Amino acid sequence: MCNVNNKELKVSAIKNGTVIDHIPAENLFKVISILGLENIPNQVTFGTNLESRKLGRKSIIKVADKFFEDAEINKISLVAPQAKLNIIRDYEVVEKRVVNVPDEVVGIVKCFNPKCITNHEPIVTHFAVQSKQPLELKCRYCEKVTTEKQMEIIK
Amino acid sequence: MIKNKSLVSITDFTKDEILRIIELAADFEADPNQRLLEGRIIASLFFEPSTRTRLSFETAINRLGGRVIGFSDANATSTTKGETLKDTIKMVSNYAELIVMRHPLEGAARYASEQSRVPIVNAGDGANQHPSQTLLDMFSMHKTQGRLDNLKIAMVGDLKYGRTVHSLIQAMSHFSPTFYFVAPDELKMPNEYKDFLRAHGIPFEEHRDMNEVIDKVDILYMTRVQKERFSDLLEYQRVKDAYILHNSMLESTRPNLRILHPLPRVNEISTDVDSNPKAYYFKQAENGVYTRMAIIASILGVK
Repeated sequence: MCNVNNKELKVSAIKNGTVIDHIPAENLFKVISILGLENIPNQVTFGTNLESRKLGRKSIIKVADKFFEDAEINKISLVAPQAKLNIIRDYEVVEKRVVNVPDEVVGIVKCFNPKCITNHEPIVTHFAVQSKQPLELKCRYCEKVTTEKQMEIIK
Repeated sequence: MIKNKSLVSITDFTKDEILRIIELAADFEADPNQRLLEGRIIASLFFEPSTRTRLSFETAINRLGGRVIGFSDANATSTTKGETLKDTIKMVSNYAELIVMRHPLEGAARYASEQSRVPIVNAGDGANQHPSQTLLDMFSMHKTQGRLDNLKIAMVGDLKYGRTVHSLIQAMSHFSPTFYFVAPDELKMPNEYKDFLRAHGIPFEEHRDMNEVIDKVDILYMTRVQKERFSDLLEYQRVKDAYILHNSMLESTRPNLRILHPLPRVNEISTDVDSNPKAYYFKQAENGVYTRMAIIASILGVK
């Protein structure tokens, strides 16, 4: 993406900030929600259903004047494991980063077990990441494992 | 160090802590009236009814000379007014020095232990954990076999949903057991536990007929095969009799064999087994009182 030479630029460039690329198109709004982008004052532009050789259809988000901490950005690894970050300063990519699945997932994911206490009382979910590929999250409370297929992101 | 520690999951206790509980339980059995908790208050919160477990815990507390506050059914509490578990636990932990709790939802005890100022002893959280049952099972095995190491243990019946067998597998993994799992296809031991055993290098075999293993084991751990677990009732009708133990099947079993069952029993152990000296399930239930005395006394640091 962002290939100016090929005249394929579909989302306007930013001067400073972060470009999050290679988000599966269907998970764009989950990423926005996980990062809380709907609640920040920064300029946010996004494109979705862009062509991608890797993903088929991808999304891209550009957040002006925002540089994410690792702990914050790693949260999106659950829904966009192949996401790539381009750190932009003065229209130039000065750094590229990938996301990593964290060892613990706090909040974000709902426990799949309908009988888990976290689905009945206002409790922040807490999982130990038992496997990163495929993703397996072990609930601290009910001790059941939520798999990638069962995973549901808390709105 | 067990003192002030919550017991939520059997994996909360190390091998040494498990052995300490077993040793203490034997001590309480030898002398059951040790009034070590004179004047102290323990809460017994049963958010769902469980006569057997509640009576066992409350007997243990009374034998230790402690006093019990609590309820045996959440319908008689503010839970029906919509009080959260968090608020109930916050309140009760101001009154009592330790909370024994049973709750229908899984993970309730872990959550309570995070909210409580005092230790929590999990007396069952849904289908998740029931660690005092596991410890009393181990006390029973130790008592009848004189050791926990290198036992051959057959588990029969519902190995898919039975939380007691799952916890027992985890706890016994410290003691080099060999397991024989006997279950109908619909109720086989889940893969996650078989993976756990493989990861720990513990041998196990899977069978459909308990006659194939009954003569070579030290412990026969029976569980209930419940009709409602079957999606296909014809399948239930076909297999149900294969998981019923009759006295005649015990003829050529090892002299040290003991039959355990977490109870309640329905029909999976024929009543003609009850008078066989190898039947141990009622004594096992009695052992539960000593084991719970040991758990409570060690958490409160009085023993």
